This record gives sequence, structure tokens and C-alpha cells, in this order.
Amino acid sequence: MSALVIRDLHKRFGSVGVLKGINLDIDDGDFTVLVGPSGCGKSTLLNIIAGLETASSGEIVIDGKVVNTIAPKDRDIAMVFQTYALYPSMTVRQNITFGMECRNVPKPQREEAVARVARLLQIEPLLGRKPAQLSGGQRQRVAMGRALVRDPKLFLFDEPLSNLDAKLRVEMRMEIKQLHARIGATIVYVTHDQIEAMTMATRIAVMHQGEVQQFADPETIYNRPANVFVARFMGAPPMNTVPARIASGQVVVGDVRLPAPPAAAGWEGREVILGIRPECIAEPTRQFGEAGTPGIRIMAPVELTEPTGAETIVVLRMGGEKVLGRVAPDIRLTVGATAAFAIDARKICLFDPQTERLIA
Amino acid sequence: MRSPAATLGRWAIHIAIWGLGIAYLVPLVVVVLNSLRSAEEITQTSMIGWPHIWEFSNYIQVWSTYCIAQTCSGIRPYMLNSAAVTIPATLISTLLGAVAGYAISLWRFKGDRWIFGLVTAGVFLPEQMRLIPWTIVLRDLGMTNTIAGLVMIHTIQGLSFTTLFCRNYYMAIPADLMKAAHIDGAGFFRIFWRIVLPLSPPILIVTVIWQFTHIWNEFLYGVTFTTGQQQPVTAALIALSAAVADVPQHGLQSAAVVVAALPPLLVYLFGGRYFVRGLTAGAVK
Repeated sequence: MSALVIRDLHKRFGSVGVLKGINLDIDDGDFTVLVGPSGCGKSTLLNIIAGLETASSGEIVIDGKVVNTIAPKDRDIAMVFQTYALYPSMTVRQNITFGMECRNVPKPQREEAVARVARLLQIEPLLGRKPAQLSGGQRQRVAMGRALVRDPKLFLFDEPLSNLDAKLRVEMRMEIKQLHARIGATIVYVTHDQIEAMTMATRIAVMHQGEVQQFADPETIYNRPANVFVARFMGAPPMNTVPARIASGQVVVGDVRLPAPPAAAGWEGREVILGIRPECIAEPTRQFGEAGTPGIRIMAPVELTEPTGAETIVVLRMGGEKVLGRVAPDIRLTVGATAAFAIDARKICLFDPQTERLIA
Repeated sequence: MRSPAATLGRWAIHIAIWGLGIAYLVPLVVVVLNSLRSAEEITQTSMIGWPHIWEFSNYIQVWSTYCIAQTCSGIRPYMLNSAAVTIPATLISTLLGAVAGYAISLWRFKGDRWIFGLVTAGVFLPEQMRLIPWTIVLRDLGMTNTIAGLVMIHTIQGLSFTTLFCRNYYMAIPADLMKAAHIDGAGFFRIFWRIVLPLSPPILIVTVIWQFTHIWNEFLYGVTFTTGQQQPVTAALIALSAAVADVPQHGLQSAAVVVAALPPLLVYLFGGRYFVRGLTAGAVK
């Protein structure tokens, strides 16, 4: 059964449409990430799910029950905020039990719940402290404890890792993922960070300008993006998108010819947009996939190199178009010179230049 | 090395600051010194001078036996009147202002901006304009010439300030904190008592000092709405100076002024550092 269903949800602030017909169907136990650039409406959507904002039209169904008119506290949800939103004057223990206190849960039960969550998150030594005495990571953990103690139908996370430093963010990312695996909760998680989305989600909803661009599992989102926006938003560095043409079953970019996917047959002789991930443009000795297929060899001038240590990002001209490639770090490339590259054509995407939708 | 012009500028600033500081303090010094001189000494020499004999009896006399408008009880009963007006009015207006400021800043409701605008308009309304309306209200409620009447007036008028102060302070409380409390299921007053009020001491100290000083020093309502034994000390001081018109009693007068000014001065001395801090500080991060 679906834990959360959103049907044709609209939200307008005055004449400005912030959400334009959102439809999502989230299964029990799913870790759904809402991802998109700032201003895409993802936080508004989360707030509407929580009941902190009202929808202009449409339905929100949690666990089979329409909750549009139900107060946040009665929606059987828990939320973790970007700013942690811990009550500054309360101890960690009081922060965690405040919700139960509001619901008149008897004291022994509260104590038991706190003990369980504190053990789960390993925050037992912190229970007597005030939020001001905690580090960022500890605060984050307490904020999650406050959500976990509720044992709700739905967990809502609003950019919970954005205020942490890079190292801690990676650690907490793994921890949240493990936590999800362990307790099997249904999670809706908002972030603008596509890496968080890719690493944590079981399903990703990519949002842009108040609309869901694509709602699918991470692999599909990455490899078969529904449109040019999704293609370029997910992945860093982003997917290369260059104008191309289909001619005699081949994708033609300048002097480069790549085998066109079968689905491109109807586009013979027409203009398309070629999408190719930077990791599909590599040094000439590279072999791709499990079968170790060698790539298609091209010669291209090198414009810029950016060594990151683990690999080198290279800006090159593929058939005259500027694209990014990723080569092994020990490859020495001379800027301005022409070098050989191998292209993995198995995973190329083609988009309609008018609608920018995926065609093959 | 500073340039000579800059050094000169700094000196000019220092001289100006010291000059202004002394100008402000001179009247206080004169009054305090006179309060310790006998009437004879003042009349024989000058209003400004160092006491030849330190005369502490002025204070004893003015506190308990001096006659003001045919009643010889000193200013003690009037001081108590002032306290009976100022303390409840300060506490009630501060607490109500905190609730009102909390409601306006952290709960969105239809017309909230209008209500805030109307409440704060009271800050800019001159006292004199409110005299006649208050006269009618006090008359209709049968509260003319009562301490309770003054408490009511100062509480209601003080709400404009206290609401404004608290509202501005609470605006800095993060929206997420309120959202978290909503999801936890806390209602209006539970959020106020458990979350907002514990964050409020800095602004509450500011409003208490502000209200206490303002109400204690208030004169117009005191002299208009109360007579005789019901008057606060500021109004009684005028009766005292009227009596002094026949035989100058500058020593007693000065002692009375010093005593009357002492409570707000003490409140400021004890809470002053919070006052400055509270006016500039934002809320918790």
C-alpha cells in the first residue's frame, strides 16, 4: 500500500504558481528524495505534506487517509529541519520527549522511548545537555531522535545535512541511509544536493519550476533522464548536451560519428540533442562495462584540464562542441594539443531539441 | 602614527563628551548636595555650594514628618502609592505585551499587520490627547481617584511599548522552531510557556526597566486623576514645592526629589547592562 499519495497538488502564492500539479505515489518503506534547485517548490511541497502550509488544490493522502484538513500533529508524521530546530531552553531529553508531553503520554513510557532512541542514535551521554552545548553533528542526531521517538508513518527531512561541514555530511548521509535500512521507515527527504539524492534514495523526484520532471529510481534518473533539465541537474560534472544530427543510423556531431540507439530510427535526418556523461569520454586505453568493450576512438583538441586527484576533468572539443571528459589522473594531456579519447556510446541519450524530452 | 589632525579630532571629541557629561550631571550634583544642607545654610549662602555641615535630617523629615498639603506624613505614603501603581502595571503590561508580541510575530492570522499597526500607533499618540477619553472611562468605571485606575491606565498604555519590544524580539525566533512545535503538537500557550518565554529574559528585562521608569516618572495622569492621599510621588512633589513657595525649603525639597528618583535609578543600575544588551541583541540562534 502507498504510504503517501499526492494527487494533482497545486500551490499558489497570489498569482504565482509555486506547485503546478504534483502527482506522487510513495510506497511503504521508500526513501524518496525530492531534489531540485532552490525555488523549485520542494520545501513548499514538504511543508504541505507536513500540514505546515495549505495546498491551493489537490489531495494529500497519508496511509489511505486524506489529510488536507488535519493538523500537523495528527498526521502521524515527524520532521527533521535544516536548522535542527531544537528547543534551546530544554535539555536533549526534554527536546525528545516534548511531543509525548504534548500528547500526555505517561512518564514511564516516555522514559522508555527516550532510552530506546538514545541507544539507537548513541546519544545517551548527551541527554542532560542543552542544545547550545552540542556540536552540529550531535544536534542533528538529537533532531533525528526527536523524530524517531514518535515512530510515525512518515518521516520528513528538510535539507537536514545542509548546515554540516562536508566531512560530517558524508558521515551523516551514510548513517541516515543505514538507519533507513534498519528501521524500514518511509522517508521523504528534501535536498538541493544531487549527490545526497543519488546516494540515499530508493526513489528520486527531480523538481523544477513547480513540476516533477521525473520520478524514478536513482539509476533510471541518472542513465535515462526524462529531459535535458534532469540530465544536466543530476551528476557532477553535469551531462554534456550538444546539438547533433541523425544520419544513416548514426549520431553525427561535426566529424564524430556514434552509433545511434535503435529508438532513434524515426529521427533519421533530423536534429537532436546528444547527451553524453563525462565519464563516457575517457582516455583511449579505457575499456567500458563488465565486458570490457573498448570505446570509439576520436581525436579532439584539449582546452583545459582540472586534476581532482582521483581523476582529471578535461575540457575538449568533440566534433567542434565543447564537452567535459573524465580521464585517469596519470594521463598527461597538453592544453592546446590534440589527443585521442575513447567514447562509450552505449549510454548516450538523445533529446528532442523542441521539447527537450528524452527520445532514446 | 596618527596624523596631527586626527589627534586633534580625538581631543575635540573627548572634550565634547566630557563637557556634555558634566552638563548632564551638574543638576543631579546640586540637588544631592542641597539635600544634605540645612535651609538656613542655603538661603544664607547660595543654591550652589558644598555643605558646611552635613545635614542628614532632611531625609528623615521628608520621609516621615514633613507636611505636604496639610498632611504631615512625609512622602512615604506617596512613595508607596507610586510603588502600588508602578509594580503591578509594569508586571501586567510586560506579561501581556509578551503574549501579544508572541501572537503577532509567530502566529499568522488575518489582519495581524493591522492589529500590530494599531497597537504600535499608541506609542506615538501624545499623552494629552488621551486625557479626556481616560477621564470618561475612569468615571464610568467608578475608578476616579483610585490607585487601581492608574494601574489600569498604565497597563493599557504600556501595552503599545511592550508589544512592540517583544514582537521585534520574537521576530528573530527561527520559523523552524515554531514548525517543530506544531508537529510536536504544542498549542498556543504551551509554545509560549515552554519555548518562547524561556528565551525571553533579555527582552523582558528591557521592557520591565522601560515600563518601571516610565510609569514611576509619569506625572500628568497622576496629577489629573488622583488627589490628596491617592497621588503618586511625582504629583506629591508639586504640592511640596507649592508649600515651599512661602518659606524656601530647598534642602527638604532636594531630599524629596532624590528619594523620589531613587527607585528607577536603582532599577537601571541593576538592570542597565541588560538594557543596553537587550536592545541590540537578536534572539537565539
